[in-house]
Amino acid sequence: MSKYIIRRLLILIPTLLAVIFIVYFIMDLTPGDPGTLILGEQATQEEIDAKNEELGYNDPFLVRYVSYVGDLLHGDMGESWQSGRSVMGEILSRLPVTVTLAVGAILLGTVVGILVGILSAVKQYSFLDFSATAIAMALASFPGFWIGMMLILLFSLYLGWLPSFGAGSFKHYILPWVTTACPFMASQLRMTRTSMLEVIRMDYIRTARAKGQTESKIILRHALRNALLPVVTILGINFGALLGGTVTIETVFTLPGVGTLIIEAIRSKDVPVVTGATVMLASFVAVLMLVVDVLYAYIDPRIKSRYMKK
Amino acid sequence: MNDKTGKIKIKKKSQAGDIWRRFLKNKTAVLGLVIFSIIMLTAIFADLIIPYDKGITQNILERLQGPSAAHWFGTDNFGRDIFTRVVHGSRNSLLVGIGAVAIGITVGGLLGSVAGFYGGKIDSVIGRIMDTIMSIPLMLLVLSLVTALGNSLINVLLAMMIANIPQYVRIVRAAILSVVGQDYIEAARACGTSDFAIIVKHVIPNAVGPIIVQATMAVGTMILNAAGISFLGMGIQPPTPEWGSMLNEGKQFMTMYPYIVVFPGIAIGLTALALNLMGDGLRDALDPKLKD
Repeated sequence: MSKYIIRRLLILIPTLLAVIFIVYFIMDLTPGDPGTLILGEQATQEEIDAKNEELGYNDPFLVRYVSYVGDLLHGDMGESWQSGRSVMGEILSRLPVTVTLAVGAILLGTVVGILVGILSAVKQYSFLDFSATAIAMALASFPGFWIGMMLILLFSLYLGWLPSFGAGSFKHYILPWVTTACPFMASQLRMTRTSMLEVIRMDYIRTARAKGQTESKIILRHALRNALLPVVTILGINFGALLGGTVTIETVFTLPGVGTLIIEAIRSKDVPVVTGATVMLASFVAVLMLVVDVLYAYIDPRIKSRYMKK
Repeated sequence: MNDKTGKIKIKKKSQAGDIWRRFLKNKTAVLGLVIFSIIMLTAIFADLIIPYDKGITQNILERLQGPSAAHWFGTDNFGRDIFTRVVHGSRNSLLVGIGAVAIGITVGGLLGSVAGFYGGKIDSVIGRIMDTIMSIPLMLLVLSLVTALGNSLINVLLAMMIANIPQYVRIVRAAILSVVGQDYIEAARACGTSDFAIIVKHVIPNAVGPIIVQATMAVGTMILNAAGISFLGMGIQPPTPEWGSMLNEGKQFMTMYPYIVVFPGIAIGLTALALNLMGDGLRDALDPKLKD
């Protein structure tokens, strides 16, 4: 298993190189040049050309790509074309907000989602099952940023209980957490319920019942473990989506996170910031996917044996 | 559905009929179908319901009016009728949602089933490429693609399709994997059935349920994503009516005039909800073993 993990970590390097290539390439297609961006509209064409030359913007695409990767290996992500500050610094100053938002939302969503999902499956067609499924369905259907707007209207504007913007204290995060967790909680609940329902009907559950196992042990030991595979997939996919997807929620609650940084950078074609931030998030997601795959093996021994053979 | 005679067709017809009948028994699924049909018809016949002009022409005298008989959903900051904009906005949202999923699932499904069935080298090559694309956060990939390609309906659709292929590959692969490990596949192999026959006769019928369900719901997700992109001001540009961009424009007025952001949001949510209900109903209808 450790051999497998090491191999996957090594594969991460070409993956990230490819990611940088894709992002760099896409950003290269967008109109605009750094000289104009840094010096502003008033600068003369000569000044702009000189600045572009200085930044190596006129070099062929591949040359720029290679030199960017070279700098990256030395831990240098370059400077923002917009603010002139180091990209690394910009990202690191914004990262805590996004991570706080994502981790809090994941915890909330997973715990509530799985718990209610199990209950729903065990008590299928009960009132609890019906209302939980209905609420989950609605939460998954309405856009997160819109739910956020409605929560702001209700809790900040009318009730005045919670702040509607900024990232100062715990209180500031309550609405963003709930908002971000909504669709996530819903998909986790649905997946847990569906997958539990499938497993509960299996023969080995009947066998466990027949031999007189207690119901809670049947659910937790026999059913849940077999039902977890799709649940873990959803967890991985969602967490990955969440890291980049907090961008709309950050916009609604004006949180100074990586998401808003990237969206500002994309708008102004600040290539170093976009590339740097995306590479950072992409590395997170890549490691996460590895964790998900390793978890697969732990949950399902059949998959583990597949890895072992090779 | 298909009335061409022939003994083989009869069996097929009855199976589809079975699924359809089970679907109709499910009240929430039918509700979803009804809502979705209404939204589809609204999109198709938008011009007959209310002229497009009312949602485009600015009328400062009538700006920021609450819902009334003349303006069912009120007017926005330019005095445009919000009801008209919601009705005509359905076209763009549905087009992007359905288009992106239809193309995405075809490409993704093909790759996913090959990867899932054969495993080994093919699986790791496809997996690697998909992991690469997937490790770029979806929203960022779509946003940068839209920036590069330009803000237009087709480009938003394209960007979302490209960005979503890996997800379909993963879903299909997982569905196929869960089937491939089963004993009956092993048994079919032992009988010397060809790979192709195994895939078509045994793997797909057993794996297709979750895939169809996911596809139905993916349309909803796409509509949500497209709305998110326009909400950030990057997708389809105003004055073209689009639900997400209406929310973006209305954002700054929402504290004083909440109705501006309420209606477009409900439109997005209802569409996605209808698709989710249908997806759920389909899932139950396709999988009779879940029904006692």
